Amino acid sequence: MTQASLMRQITDFANRANPYPLYEELRKTPVLHEEEDGPYVFSSYWDIEALLHDPRVSSDAANLTAAGADELSKPEETGLPPSFIRLDPPEHDRLRRITNSAFGPPHKPRRIDSMRGELADIVTGLIDGFGDARQIDLVDQFAYPFPVTVICRLLGVPREDEPKFRGWVDPVVASLDPDTRRDADAEFRKTAQEARMQLGMYLSSLVEQRTKEPQDDMLSDLVSSHGPDGAMTMMEVLSTSLLLLIAGHETTVNLITNGMLTLLRYPDILARLRDDPGLSANIVEELLRFEPPVQIVPQRSTIADIEVRGVTIPKGSRIWLVLGAGNRDPERFSDPERFDPDRGDIQHLGFGSGVHSCFGAPLARLETQIALTELARRLDGPRLVEDPPPYRQNAVLRGPRHLNIAFDALR
Amino acid sequence: MEADHVDRLRHEGRIVIVGASLAGLRAAETLRAEGFTGSLTMIGDEPYEPYDRPPLSKAVLLGKASPHHTELPHRREIDATWRLGVAATGLDLTAKRVRLADGDEVEYDRVLIATGVRARPWPKEAEAGLDGVFVLRTRDDATALYQRLKSGPRRVFVIGAGFAGSEIASACREMGIAVTVAERAGAPLVGALGGTIGAVAAELQLENGVDLRTRVTVTELEGDSVGRVRAVHLSDESVIEADVVVVSLGSLYNTEWLNGSGLGAGPRGVACDAGCRAFDFRGIVTDDVFVAGDVARSPHPLFGYQFLALEHWGNAVAQAETAAHNMISAGAERRPHMWMPAFWSSQFGVNIKSVGVPPMGDQLMVTQGSLAERRFIAVYGHRGRMVAAVSFDNTRWLEFYQRQIERGAPFPVEFPTMDRRPEGRKPVAADFPDPSLPTHGPTVTLSGFSPTDRQLVFTPAHH
Ligand SMILES: Cc1cc2nc3c(=O)[nH]c(=O)nc-3n(C[C@H](O)[C@H](O)[C@H](O)COP(=O)(O)OP(=O)(O)OC[C@H]3O[C@@H](n4cnc5c(N)ncnc54)[C@H](O)[C@@H]3O)c2cc1C
Repeated sequence: MTQASLMRQITDFANRANPYPLYEELRKTPVLHEEEDGPYVFSSYWDIEALLHDPRVSSDAANLTAAGADELSKPEETGLPPSFIRLDPPEHDRLRRITNSAFGPPHKPRRIDSMRGELADIVTGLIDGFGDARQIDLVDQFAYPFPVTVICRLLGVPREDEPKFRGWVDPVVASLDPDTRRDADAEFRKTAQEARMQLGMYLSSLVEQRTKEPQDDMLSDLVSSHGPDGAMTMMEVLSTSLLLLIAGHETTVNLITNGMLTLLRYPDILARLRDDPGLSANIVEELLRFEPPVQIVPQRSTIADIEVRGVTIPKGSRIWLVLGAGNRDPERFSDPERFDPDRGDIQHLGFGSGVHSCFGAPLARLETQIALTELARRLDGPRLVEDPPPYRQNAVLRGPRHLNIAFDALR
Repeated sequence: MEADHVDRLRHEGRIVIVGASLAGLRAAETLRAEGFTGSLTMIGDEPYEPYDRPPLSKAVLLGKASPHHTELPHRREIDATWRLGVAATGLDLTAKRVRLADGDEVEYDRVLIATGVRARPWPKEAEAGLDGVFVLRTRDDATALYQRLKSGPRRVFVIGAGFAGSEIASACREMGIAVTVAERAGAPLVGALGGTIGAVAAELQLENGVDLRTRVTVTELEGDSVGRVRAVHLSDESVIEADVVVVSLGSLYNTEWLNGSGLGAGPRGVACDAGCRAFDFRGIVTDDVFVAGDVARSPHPLFGYQFLALEHWGNAVAQAETAAHNMISAGAERRPHMWMPAFWSSQFGVNIKSVGVPPMGDQLMVTQGSLAERRFIAVYGHRGRMVAAVSFDNTRWLEFYQRQIERGAPFPVEFPTMDRRPEGRKPVAADFPDPSLPTHGPTVTLSGFSPTDRQLVFTPAHH
């Protein structure tokens, strides 16, 4: 039996619960190229940082195809133009700018912060909803419904339609997973394809409606934007909202779940958070380092020869950036395997970096801070029922599928 | 021996920091963070705790931040004796004392000079004293100017289109105030970024309604009968009525208090080695006098060991940290200050950032974006090497170029980059003015480079 390649082991579901020992192995070869037409894999903090700012590294699906796409890096088949996450400047910049003018400063500086009260209400409602139960599945009962509700409200999806989303978004996200894709049977592909279609149709009906009657929501702003960059086409609005919808909640689910899991593994820090909500900002930053929801960025390719640590990555190569490994790089962090919200300079690659750095970061931070603070405050004597918990398939967007937590009382 | 000495210094030493602003504060914090437990004295001629200056020409003028709320956040307790509102007037290197304006003297084992620069005033004193004539360097300056802008002047006249002048003009336009900018060079920001990029800045000003006058100098500020400024006379013989004039002609080093001390200090700042130790006037490095921030001038290996003086916020912080570390470290543990120069500005809604030393470049290449869209990255080259890069609304790529500069990457830039337009495929002149002519607000001063920089007469020593 031959030893499976390191990257195969990392994407192998068997290692999902704890990929960190494999990452340590990975960092021993900072520029890893295991198979002739396989990707170049990077795992050191500084190298990843540099590549995320390198204008010779492309996110454009077209370049990627030239580089020979694999399961992980293949663009989704949505039938829509690529979302800005899969484009390079100047197209990327234009779409991202228009989207940003509907989302954040300088045009809507308070859109996120003004949601604070609403976010807290949603959280309170969900926790109240635990009722008399003394055991919950944090994913199904909290971490999932919360960001879905938030992103729906932000976009302007009517509340009564929210449950439908779940049904569509789930298979779409699942289809992004490399292992799932590799093993996908016809049935699975069909379900995912179907869900994408439904989602697209639903969104386009919403977009159409907002074009006629704009409201105070992001979809309306996207269809009616007329800044210096002009307007988005209908198709661009669709692919952008699809992106926001998927990237905007799937990551947060994992961030919140990973967060609670980590706090339960570090009960002293959980106890401190209970007494001092001010600690939540640091906790969330350290979480983004310690257990980032996005573990790997697989969709990049080189448009020129690039030299990294004396190795020349030829033009047209595929590259994978293993953020989860870079975040625990001892060259960058002292005592990297310890969760320590008190560390002096909490930095991380959790949101990526450079022009593609996570667009939703301010929202994800706020959501997670509020969620963890409230959970810490209201759950009396919380403990893990199962450690490690069962994980999702996905190696790229990594997180528990369920997180069963028992507790003594609800405060 | 030395180790003992340093150990004693760390625990019982007396450290005096002159200049209680950005560099001074960060140095004090670093000293404490690195275990200095001796006595620490902070001397500052302004009556305020350390505050931040960049907002003064941006948010403060727009009324978005109060000049009283620009205090620098403290990173930690520094447990210092504060002597605020009193200037240092002399330094006695032999007796190791700092003399103060109130007659007091403070003894030190190590002293840090962090007295920065001040605004260069309008040279004609009577005109400079007219009501309505301002400079902008301190919190008090900003408060006074803000008050005046708020009262709705008919026209503001800015003399000098360096970064500060351009930011002030930008603030005026944002508040809907008519503004004229006069600049001796052919375009704004020429001293810092050269004429090619300056042309982009000029367009930016014109499009935002600034009445920009280039290749002119101001010859006279005219006052009315009660001593208020009312008009500005230009070398092209035009006269422009204005009720506020902001003089933004760059800066002067705060080194007069060091006259006669024997330090290598003068109108070009205080020279120091890469470890922030000041030189005396004979070129001998001192061991107990350190320098950091705007007032310092130190050799940089990446830029041919020329002495660089940088009026950059980030440099003040980094240099202060290095100086503080070296002040309480034995020789072998000292670190060089090898900061990559970096400067930012925001004006007319555009974020401008540079890394490296643009004025050293003679050629320029647009590697991403386009000058016409005013969203680009341009790289500066000197003798086949990349020496600087500037971005307009494109900051996120700059780190890459910084690394290229660090490794001495070749210029012209051969490799393809995303978002490279046809105009970027060949180098053009960076178009800096003749270094022997004065320009405004370069924010980087290179010396040992300018042909006019021979101020000493060499007299061989006799034994
Ligand atoms: C309006 C404005 C906008 C700016 N914007 C930017 C920007 O966008 N980006 C950027 O990178 N940089 C910017 N800068 C530059 C940046 O603020 C400086 O680089 C930084 O303040 C330097 O810090 P420093 O401590 O060396 O000097 P300073 O901040 O000048 O501090 C020196 C202090 O020493 C005091 N002092 C002087 N002489 C004596 C004496 N004899 N005794 C006692 N005290 C004395 C001074 O009064 C002052 O308080 C800006 C500066 C100004 C004025």
